[in-house]
Amino acid sequence: MNINVRILTKSVAQQYAFKRIVTFSTKPTQQAAAAAVPQQQEVTGPTVRKPIVPAHYRFVYPEFLPDPKVEWRNAVREKLERLDMIDRRRQIELPEFYVGSILAVTSSDPHAAGKTSRFVGICIHRERCGLRARFILRNVIDHQGIEVVYELYDPTIQKVEVLRLEKRLDDSLFYLRDALPEFSTFDENMEAEPLEEGAPVPINDIKVVLRPRPWLERWERQNLLGVANIEQYIKDKHRKSAEKVQKPWEKYDLMKQYRATIPEEEQKEIFAEVHTELHTLELQRKRNKRKRTFVKPKHLA
Amino acid sequence: MAQLLLRNFTRAGNAALLTKGTSSSSITATSAEPGSCQLHTTPACCEIRKLARLRVVDNSDLGKRAMAEGRPPRCIHVYNKRGVGLIGDKVLVAIKGQMKKGILVGLKQKQRIKQPQFDSNNLVLIDDNGSPLGTRIHVPIPTVLRTILKEKTLAKGADYTKVLAIASRYV
Repeated sequence: MNINVRILTKSVAQQYAFKRIVTFSTKPTQQAAAAAVPQQQEVTGPTVRKPIVPAHYRFVYPEFLPDPKVEWRNAVREKLERLDMIDRRRQIELPEFYVGSILAVTSSDPHAAGKTSRFVGICIHRERCGLRARFILRNVIDHQGIEVVYELYDPTIQKVEVLRLEKRLDDSLFYLRDALPEFSTFDENMEAEPLEEGAPVPINDIKVVLRPRPWLERWERQNLLGVANIEQYIKDKHRKSAEKVQKPWEKYDLMKQYRATIPEEEQKEIFAEVHTELHTLELQRKRNKRKRTFVKPKHLA
Repeated sequence: MAQLLLRNFTRAGNAALLTKGTSSSSITATSAEPGSCQLHTTPACCEIRKLARLRVVDNSDLGKRAMAEGRPPRCIHVYNKRGVGLIGDKVLVAIKGQMKKGILVGLKQKQRIKQPQFDSNNLVLIDDNGSPLGTRIHVPIPTVLRTILKEKTLAKGADYTKVLAIASRYV
């Protein structure tokens, strides 16, 4: 009996493992890589279907790219994490969003009255990768600035809606903490503003007005594009010290850039692995959305 | 700690709460001020410890007057073993020359995932039985307080859940 069960579980586990390996094996990528080389030489040859990964995937799914820090790399763990991320994405729609987009996150909350809580806010920061990917939402409610950190792959999250899909001029918007409250105030009952399909993500070039000093960080040193009035509040000594810490040569430092990013070849490999799955999920969502919008009339009678 | 004290006193610029031990340090701080460009280069401490300034967010008369005068209450004791106030902790504050108790209902400090982090350190004044002095809290309070305060009510004799009843909104 015992042995039977063990054999059974083993066989199930093997089957499961086998299934998983088949769906995400690296073989197509290797084939594609191998196919790519001769294709350059003979263009007219019979074309092998290889996964064509759209170039925008690294912006849409940045968390699929691992941390470039060498000491933290682990090919097996990264692969397993990717599998788990795809598994989670089958359960819940995690839409494309950027720093500066306005999101509404519904999560289960054992402390709340209805056991769920919904928070609307502007995404001011995105960080970390893999299953630990997270983002910070900020809003001003009743004249009180509030920030909440969410993990993207947190199983308690029930719904992530993008109310307004746009980008800002900077990579992170921590300066909103020192800005006037109207720049981070968003209506909680805001309706989603859908973008046209295939349209590029608009960049909101709004310039934020800061409060006078003291600030939380030395914004004058960070070369921010989205702030209007830094000059108004800084003195000569701030300007001088800001100049001293500038590193204008860093943009020519190719080695630094190489170490801080995942190389393109590796990116291609990673996305080739998950592309088909992500693409089918995208298509499914689109179909479902169309269905839902067709079936559900908004106002009855 | 000495640095923290110095900063607090120089920033507030009032001697209302000076005790005998700290008055000498404040004098040295003020005398050093004109010559030096800046006394402190360390970032502000976001934790609620002794002498941290708080913001009263209920509509109690005492709290409203203290905030309007620009003399926010100072924490003079935190009722836990660590000495650092976390959300839902009871603190003793010095407010307009009186000692009052209060409950922390919002912190600037880093919070756990999914729990809100506020732009100010918020406080609701209570009396010794745990019933609030005001009748309304005019900012949102975190939902975790429901659980935390209920637990504390069971553990201690006082009834802290009345604070939840006067909240206008939860986040």
